[in-house]
Amino acid sequence: MTATTTAATARRLTIAKAMSEAIGQSMDADPKVIVLGEDIGALGGVFGTTQGLLERFGAGRVRDTPISETAFIGAAVGLAAAGMRPVVELMFVDFFGVCMDAIYNLAAKQSYFSGGHVCCPLVLMTSVGGGYGDAGQHSQCLYATFAHLPGLKVVMPSNAYDAKGLMLSAIADANPVVFMFHKALQGMGWLGTVPGSIVHVPQEMYEVPIGKAATVRPGRDITLVGLGLTVHLALQAATTLAAEGIEAEVIDLRTIAPLDHGAVAVSVAKSRRLIVVDDDYRSFGVSAEVIAGACESGVDWLAAPARITHPDVPIPYSPALEHPLLPSAAKIVELSRQLCRGGAV
Amino acid sequence: MPAECDVRIRMYAQMARSRYFEEAIKVAYLEGKQPLFNMAKGPIPGEMHLSSGQEPCAVGVCAHLRPDDTVTATHRAHHIAIAKGVALNAMAAEIFGKRDGLSGGRGGHMHLFDAGVNFCCSGIVAQGMGPAVGAALAAKLGGSDAVAVSFIGEGAANQGAFHESLNLAAVWKVPVVFVIEDNAWGISVAKRASTAIERNSDRAASYGMPGSFVADNDIDAIYAAAGEAIQRARAGGGPTLIEIETWRLEGHFMGDAEGYRPSGEVAALQTRDPLIVYRQRLAAAGVSTAELESIEGRELRAVTDALQFARKSDYPAAESAFDTVFS
Ligand SMILES: Cc1ncc(C[n+]2csc(CCOP(=O)(O)OP(=O)(O)O)c2C)c(N)n1
Repeated sequence: MTATTTAATARRLTIAKAMSEAIGQSMDADPKVIVLGEDIGALGGVFGTTQGLLERFGAGRVRDTPISETAFIGAAVGLAAAGMRPVVELMFVDFFGVCMDAIYNLAAKQSYFSGGHVCCPLVLMTSVGGGYGDAGQHSQCLYATFAHLPGLKVVMPSNAYDAKGLMLSAIADANPVVFMFHKALQGMGWLGTVPGSIVHVPQEMYEVPIGKAATVRPGRDITLVGLGLTVHLALQAATTLAAEGIEAEVIDLRTIAPLDHGAVAVSVAKSRRLIVVDDDYRSFGVSAEVIAGACESGVDWLAAPARITHPDVPIPYSPALEHPLLPSAAKIVELSRQLCRGGAV
Repeated sequence: MPAECDVRIRMYAQMARSRYFEEAIKVAYLEGKQPLFNMAKGPIPGEMHLSSGQEPCAVGVCAHLRPDDTVTATHRAHHIAIAKGVALNAMAAEIFGKRDGLSGGRGGHMHLFDAGVNFCCSGIVAQGMGPAVGAALAAKLGGSDAVAVSFIGEGAANQGAFHESLNLAAVWKVPVVFVIEDNAWGISVAKRASTAIERNSDRAASYGMPGSFVADNDIDAIYAAAGEAIQRARAGGGPTLIEIETWRLEGHFMGDAEGYRPSGEVAALQTRDPLIVYRQRLAAAGVSTAELESIEGRELRAVTDALQFARKSDYPAAESAFDTVFS
């Protein structure tokens, strides 16, 4: 979309603004859409996800909650069962510990247990990611923790265009959708933001389909799969690699569950080399799932598929400890060189 | 149980130390974050929740505690850590993410652990309440008269863990005191907008335990209320819930523009700054200016030394991130 948009018509938005716009437009279009969460009213969300909504729609539809996640996420499931379309914020994904029952044993199973008679059109938006020194209870990703559970859809945009489209799809979906947004991409001044996340966002409503990955850079030599922040790291690495004659194809998963194994399979069938870049804990996660899916598609690998992840340790506080553990473009470049120059498996 | 003169002087000293610590951390935190505020930058990254204004709660309660008593605290915990006797140098070094920090830089400002004085805190609202009940049961089972104190904010009184922990403590009749620091705000949400009753101390009745309310951030009154509760707990009389009206003189965290706060609120609270109020009260009670100034000088030096220690300490080796995941 950026290529065909002239500078004059470009509306470059942050992910925070794009999310707020999507929710606001949905609220305009459908009185059943309401927003709940901590500090989503006057403050407009700690991460700017509900900017301007209280002023436009009032405290009846934009409801600040007590610090009672078990109750208000449970209430959101009840609202959804009664035909409303709640958008709920869990401020940091790390806080899921106090309310997971309402998410995985309730929301995720409404449809199944009712034999499809009760649906749960609920969006749970939540912030993920570290790198800014907020330590181990405010920096986790936990993609796989949610993606593992049948009945939940999980999405995460890497840029504002996808953020709006995914949010509109999530609100329209009849199922619970966990909408993760990465703090390093959110566009809040006080956090610093990867510039590539701020892109043109059309004014009108549009959907980015859930379950579809995007190839954000074509390349023949190696496939780099990322999500959220790591897409930008992969793109940065791809630029460096291109100068060395290695053409990397970069895939942005966009949806974590259901994972678009097909898109990865098409790419690795061609490149026969794969690196997954994931800032979540290493074991039992997105990287393992992507690699397993690729292997199941029957690739004749030129090099064993590999991954760059956060190791299996809690996120440490000190930058001297945290930063070396995070995925980086340099790590991707290094590993890509090994895979491309290391010869056959 | 009114405080003796020497206790009051010690409490003033601790309040001063705590405030000087927050003022020094505030300056250090803003290094590298101006003119453009970016939480990731500077010698102290991440969120920073300062306790300025809330010193009376921590100091008035902890004045009754021994090192073998347990304290669990919140994300806003510097004042409580200091009042419980957490090693100041190691605490400062932890906040700077250094090797000599309490946990070698692994935990940071929201995760201060000092096993030497049985102190810990957490970034998850109300998380410390269950562990305090456990510590109290352990003391009871072990035949000691140690107690546990769990500090929370008023916002935490709407968390499930609050209600479950109160009931459990009462059913088990364990020596725990729950202390609510009511600063009227949970980030941007006012207490009256999140809590169905005016005083959380009234909730104690639902769990069959005594509840008390202390108005006005008054350290002498806090000392008295806490003394009664802790004495009861030590004597086998079970848990108590105390709510204290206190003030948050800073934003929720550093960088908070506080657009949600009525204009003039902070300025009005500053005129009732508990440190100034208590200084005046002690002076009126006959403590000389010279003595007050000497206390202030000593506490300021301790804080300055702690920050210097923290700055001089090395960063931990990157590989140490992999240590202590398991014991
Ligand atoms: C379970 C959980 N929910 C939400 C948060 C985010 N959060 C951190 S502090 C805070 C407000 C806490 O208010 P209060 O308990 O009154 O303490 P105060 O910050 O006023 O000291 C919130 C909502 C959290 N840390 N943990």
